[in-house]
Amino acid sequence: MSLWRYANPVEFMRLSGRILPVVTVLCAVCLATGLIWGFFFTPDDYQQGSTVKIIYLHVPSALMAINAWIMMLVASLIWFIRRHHVSALAARAAAPVGAVFTLVALLTGAIWGQPMWGTFWAWDPRLTSFLILFVFYLGYMALWEAVEDPEKVADLTAALCMVGSVFALLSRYAVLFWNQGLHQGASLSLDAEENVADVFYQPLLFCIAGFVLLFIALVLLRTRTEIRLRRLQALETRATPLAERAIG
Amino acid sequence: MRALLARELTLALRAGGGAAQGLVFFLIVVLLIPFGMGPEPEALSRVAPGTLWIAALLSCLMTLDRLFQTDFEDGSLDALALSPLPLEAITAIKALAHWLTTGLPLTIIAPLLALTLNLPSAAYPWLIASLAIGTPALSFLGAIGAALTLGLRRGGLLIGVLTLPLYIPTLIFGARTVTAAAEAQAPLPALALTAALTLAILALSPFATAAILRIQIR
Amino acid sequence: MTLTAIDLTCVRNGQALFAPVSFTLVPGTAIRLQGPNGVGKTTLLRAIAGLGQRPEGTLRLDGRPVGETEAAFAYSGHLDAIKPALTVLENLTFWAEIHGASNIQDTLSHFALTSLITRPAGRLSAGQKRRLGLARLALSRARIWLMDEPTVSLDEASIAALGAVLTNHLAAGGAALIATHLPLPIEATPLTLSAAKPTKITDPFLAEGAL
Repeated sequence: MSLWRYANPVEFMRLSGRILPVVTVLCAVCLATGLIWGFFFTPDDYQQGSTVKIIYLHVPSALMAINAWIMMLVASLIWFIRRHHVSALAARAAAPVGAVFTLVALLTGAIWGQPMWGTFWAWDPRLTSFLILFVFYLGYMALWEAVEDPEKVADLTAALCMVGSVFALLSRYAVLFWNQGLHQGASLSLDAEENVADVFYQPLLFCIAGFVLLFIALVLLRTRTEIRLRRLQALETRATPLAERAIG
Repeated sequence: MRALLARELTLALRAGGGAAQGLVFFLIVVLLIPFGMGPEPEALSRVAPGTLWIAALLSCLMTLDRLFQTDFEDGSLDALALSPLPLEAITAIKALAHWLTTGLPLTIIAPLLALTLNLPSAAYPWLIASLAIGTPALSFLGAIGAALTLGLRRGGLLIGVLTLPLYIPTLIFGARTVTAAAEAQAPLPALALTAALTLAILALSPFATAAILRIQIR
Repeated sequence: MTLTAIDLTCVRNGQALFAPVSFTLVPGTAIRLQGPNGVGKTTLLRAIAGLGQRPEGTLRLDGRPVGETEAAFAYSGHLDAIKPALTVLENLTFWAEIHGASNIQDTLSHFALTSLITRPAGRLSAGQKRRLGLARLALSRARIWLMDEPTVSLDEASIAALGAVLTNHLAAGGAALIATHLPLPIEATPLTLSAAKPTKITDPFLAEGAL
């Protein structure tokens, strides 16, 4: 059986209904472990003191802010190519989640920035890129709200997501040209010699796993809601006598 | 194609067209700046490059919502879509006409307004060059936003939310060109990047816009 | 060019708008499309023209499938595609250049617009606008005209003029598919659309268990 059968609303509802509780529990366990371990059982950084502990929220939400957009891009492409409605709805469902992750990353960054850099906000390339990403999320969500025809709006938002991806990436490099940053290097990367020290690293991994699971759980939940909404709309349309429908 | 360009230009220049609108808006924004910033020449000359670029960008945005809207409302877009011209060419011509009636006049009038903002004299050629090279990108990118918001009642606001983030790279490179020239640094790298970006946008945006318009008239 | 439709219908929200219709439109003939309000006449005409979602069923032009946009079709709908700021002549010249047509003067006189050429289209009456819109259609070199309520707001003389233009078009081997409730000035085979029974449901969101 092909993977595509889960793109059918019925199959998706059945599968997601079964997965959702598992993901939720796993997410709670990971987040609780990571956050409690991170907040209470790691030493303070010798330079940054206890403020460093905000990385357990900041780093995973920043990661997921970008990953959510990438997931929306993939879902939009699937919608464009295979025309699976669930895919379009999943992209729609992911947008507010991604926007909130972006906002959390920005806010925790500001809270961390105040003691570290002496300012809540600086026009640093990374901060600016996230602000731009946030605006893209807003525009994407606004477009979903503005158009009524479900197929048309899915097409339009998918197109916006693709164009937006190109320009989000372009902006990322354009702002480097515009201002050199204050922001420290990446906390995690595969090729760097030095990552964040192990004591901080292990609980951070739990937090990242927790945030990934949180994202999956929220997107599944919201997609389920969107599917039910669409079903309601379809039932309403069907109940309306043909002659009463506005036909352009 | 020449007929379409001629029609677009005639429509923009006739009463009720958008050509004067963008220019007047540009004028007003730039002339308001000294009232907000204070009249000190040094302060004004520092913000002059950015002000001119942002004003150009906003006045471009002002006139964008009409780009496809009137054609959509009176049925011309349907008729054009069924005409022998490819939709990609139609969108490119319309964006070009938009630039000829907003971006180009702005570029021409910008040096005059730069005088009122006390822009250092070395920056004038670079101001003209960066606007001449950068503003076509604004029109062609705006076409994408205009196509996305076609037929919406609150399209005017949404077009801003959707288009402004797309303008960021052009704004950065364009304004940087002028700032660099004003501060006696090398403006050429930024201008080259502006040009590269504009060329890429000119090449790709008609395809994106036409694809979106096809979705819209379905 | 012969347009053949077999079991053609338009689908919205996973449901057919009207019961599938079959027809053949051969050169030199016209079909009059009728049916109750809202049954989908406009949707069908637009779908055939390539504006709107592709229709379900088979649609062939001289035996080959109809593509996304066909030069064979010209469509005139409720909107006349006229720019109020341009004069009658400017409006028509533009469309003539787009379609590569040269017979503007003939078309103007067919629709009794010659005396109005310098008037801005915004100051035309509803009937005059409609005539201008139909003149645009006549300028296109398309063989098959898809017309949506072409006689609305036309007076008797204008309807007769439209009849003459249509007769010419058909005599030259053209064809027309005309949706209207009003009498037509030419002979046309009637084709009635009737509402589809709400049976065939393809909307996946209506499937049992999608809850």
